[in-house]
Amino acid sequence: MTHINIASLEVGQEIGSEVFTFTRDSLVRYAGASGDFNPIHYRDDFAKSVGLDGVLAHGMLTMGAAVQVAVNWVGDAGKVIDYGVRFTKPVFVDANDGPLVTVVGKVGAINLEAKTVRIDLTAVSHELAVLGKAQAVVKL
Amino acid sequence: MVNPNVQGKKYPETAPYLVGREKIREFANAVFSTNPINHDLFAAQAAGYPDVVAPPTFAVLIQERSLNAVLSDPEADIDFSRVVHGDQRFIHVRPIVAWDELTSVLEVDSVKSLGAHSMITFKTEVFDRNKILVCTAISTLVVRGGE
Repeated sequence: MTHINIASLEVGQEIGSEVFTFTRDSLVRYAGASGDFNPIHYRDDFAKSVGLDGVLAHGMLTMGAAVQVAVNWVGDAGKVIDYGVRFTKPVFVDANDGPLVTVVGKVGAINLEAKTVRIDLTAVSHELAVLGKAQAVVKL
Repeated sequence: MVNPNVQGKKYPETAPYLVGREKIREFANAVFSTNPINHDLFAAQAAGYPDVVAPPTFAVLIQERSLNAVLSDPEADIDFSRVVHGDQRFIHVRPIVAWDELTSVLEVDSVKSLGAHSMITFKTEVFDRNKILVCTAISTLVVRGGE
């Protein structure tokens, strides 16, 4: 059950937004939850030794956080049936001052017959788009 | 360079992964989910699910297990220290829920060269204990060429 009336939606309409703060704590938490313990996500010395400017967030953390805008709109995480992104820019996470990641969701396409809505997500950190072609198809 | 001959190669089915309720909650917290269906059994059941529902990107845990087989395959010859995640997609037949027991089969979809870099795309199909498809995960890794 959903509170959304598909017939009332319009392409381009904003459905919600969130601002996430990515701290080192968020990265360690995601590493543990996902099992991705690549040290570029928590050790500055290691990140620098492989030519990075510093520790960066897991792309999958950005992807997982961004879709929450679509989830919160539909109210049911199980309704996101197809979700894809491109990783366009790294999100560097300073040890003391983690960046903000601003996510905005808009209606990208509506399929009345299939009762699905494609939500197009933008994720911006330090004025750079960190995800490309981030699209979540939601089944209403 | 990634060996182009691994295009089309299928890797053996992974060992079953039992999805725990607390693992879903832990993952949901890590991706900033506040959706009650990811956390609360009664909310999930009220929405018609048998148990707590995993966030839409949870299948990455299963994909990771398949990918490990490729990354350690001498034939594929992938230098993990040069790997960057290019893109990712999850197509769900149904959401993953707690107490699912999941296996996966990975196939190398394509290997392409882009200048000094290689792009390798994998398709991981995730099945439940009745061998019914739950999710297809598609992932492209970019392997940076040597300087």
